[in-house]
Amino acid sequence: MSHLLILVPFCCVIILNLPIRKVMRSLAPVAAIVLSLLQVVMVLCFDCHFWQTQFGIIGTFFKFNLVVDRLAILMLLCIGIVSFVTAVIARVLIKERKERFDFASLLLISLSALNGIVMVRDIFSLYVFLEIAAVISFILIAFKANLLAYEGAFKYIIFSAIASIFLLCGTSLLLITSGSTDFSLINASLTAQAFSPSIILAVGLFLVGLFIKAGVVPFHWWLPDAYSEAPSPVSVYLAGIVTKAVGVYALIRVAVSVFGMHKSICTVFLLLGAVTIVVGAVAAITQTDFKRMLSYSSISQVGYIILALGSASPLGIAAACFHLFNHAIFKSLLFVNAAAVELQTGTRDMDKVSGLSQRMPITGLTSVLGSLSCAGIPPLAGFWSKLLIVIALLSTGHFVYAVVAVLASVVTLGYFLVMQRKVFFGKISEEFSNIKEAGLGIVVPEIILAAITVGIGIFFPVILNRFILPLGG
Amino acid sequence: MHLNYLILVVLVLAALWTVMTRSLIRAAIGLAATSAVLTIIMFRLNSPLAAVFELSVCAGLISVLFVSTISLTQPLNKEEVLAHMKERLGRFWVLPFLVIAIGLTLSFIQFKLNLRLPAPEAEKDVRAVLWNLRQLDLLGQIIILITGVFGVVILFRERLKK
Repeated sequence: MSHLLILVPFCCVIILNLPIRKVMRSLAPVAAIVLSLLQVVMVLCFDCHFWQTQFGIIGTFFKFNLVVDRLAILMLLCIGIVSFVTAVIARVLIKERKERFDFASLLLISLSALNGIVMVRDIFSLYVFLEIAAVISFILIAFKANLLAYEGAFKYIIFSAIASIFLLCGTSLLLITSGSTDFSLINASLTAQAFSPSIILAVGLFLVGLFIKAGVVPFHWWLPDAYSEAPSPVSVYLAGIVTKAVGVYALIRVAVSVFGMHKSICTVFLLLGAVTIVVGAVAAITQTDFKRMLSYSSISQVGYIILALGSASPLGIAAACFHLFNHAIFKSLLFVNAAAVELQTGTRDMDKVSGLSQRMPITGLTSVLGSLSCAGIPPLAGFWSKLLIVIALLSTGHFVYAVVAVLASVVTLGYFLVMQRKVFFGKISEEFSNIKEAGLGIVVPEIILAAITVGIGIFFPVILNRFILPLGG
Repeated sequence: MHLNYLILVVLVLAALWTVMTRSLIRAAIGLAATSAVLTIIMFRLNSPLAAVFELSVCAGLISVLFVSTISLTQPLNKEEVLAHMKERLGRFWVLPFLVIAIGLTLSFIQFKLNLRLPAPEAEKDVRAVLWNLRQLDLLGQIIILITGVFGVVILFRERLKK
């Protein structure tokens, strides 16, 4: 069954590009919406018989080594939600029919790639799917085809190429030292032998590759340009799920299932996590561009996930996965808000707009919810994941890191309050007194994402034992 | 063994031609030729799987993308190419010496990495390895190829039309 999550979107792209393009051009955006929604529905029905079904010839013809565990399910859900939101807002934000078709095709290929990253259990296959995601991201960032977009794409491709070199060298060394590329076999081999120089080199190279992909400080220079110069639907997609799956999820998966939570690895995670949180938050304060501020905020939130992973306890790993999901949702929401503001006002400069809540009440309200969740204010989803992170750090004796996490949350609240005051509150300027909400295509995704953030926060006691704690293994 | 040395010399010559040629399209073809020679070396060293990947990805896919992208861009005139080459030589003349120095240094240092090389895969059929063991990677390669073509079409052809 899991085969279909890779094969169906890819086959769909092939069919959509058959030489009957006139019909297909209008079908492609609908196909992207339907397939991502279908993925969400299937993941929500994970216990049903459908997942265990072998689809005759497909099951016998394709023998992929794919595993769908709880973490994979969480990521598949996340990918489905963010892809759905991206596909819906792209219908509004991308005006030209041909460009909409291209974007939908790329989104579908990306869906295949991200699903592959989440389900593979082989380090070389992981590298192959990471490369597909990287190529698609490069095309998507350059989609607007202006100078700034090319600059963002160029920075991305250079950093991505460097990351690929590190990942390939790491993979080669792991193959040589353990004799296999399978996750479990590498793990068994690494546990059986002490950390020799070759293994340390292999693990180091692989982790640096993933740090670059995740935008962890000091490897984050590509990220603000890529996020802010890409078209709005691409920013939502990149910030919402691509970087999370390509960098952060891969890091969690490899650290937990392949390398094991070795003490020295955890120390690196703790240090880099704390530095990433602080640098991202401080850089976000100084920004006046809405999307650029969100990009630095994204870097800071990735720091929380790495920090939680560094605590090396089951609760810490569960908290990292939970914050990964929450961050994907509320950051997508905030980027959709930024897209709505840019669409209606024609600017992303926060100093040039004010009082937009009066004319765009839903965007204003959902933006407040997203900001408060990101800052960790109760009872929203972000509060619970940050609370779990702090508890995990305190219970493993990392008091200083817990204090850094709490203080950085205050800074996060600070820059989001400044953003709210500048963009949504206060007196509306004369220039924007006639604007209105961006339309259903943007308002509905905003409401869905805000509802998820609020819903998780309210029903947290119910989902804690059933879904979150088992993520820690 | 002597044949291997001969192929290595050909590999270096092909690589030199790639970086020294003035035409971008010839450089792309040179890169494909270098990969093809490297593939022969890999086959001779009993690594058919690595050889197949090298041939399909580096000599095949990447060359196709390079050639198609270059063919869609406007070439520089002779004077511009010469000026560019001179500037490049001025900036990077030290690189070949650096590579030779690193190579010599590494050959003198005794690394104690205790590497256990996996057994050569000569006895395995390449088709069986690709289809039975690396089927997912094969699909991934096909997706990368199609994505690359998509990228060239979206970013270059359509923009040129405009």
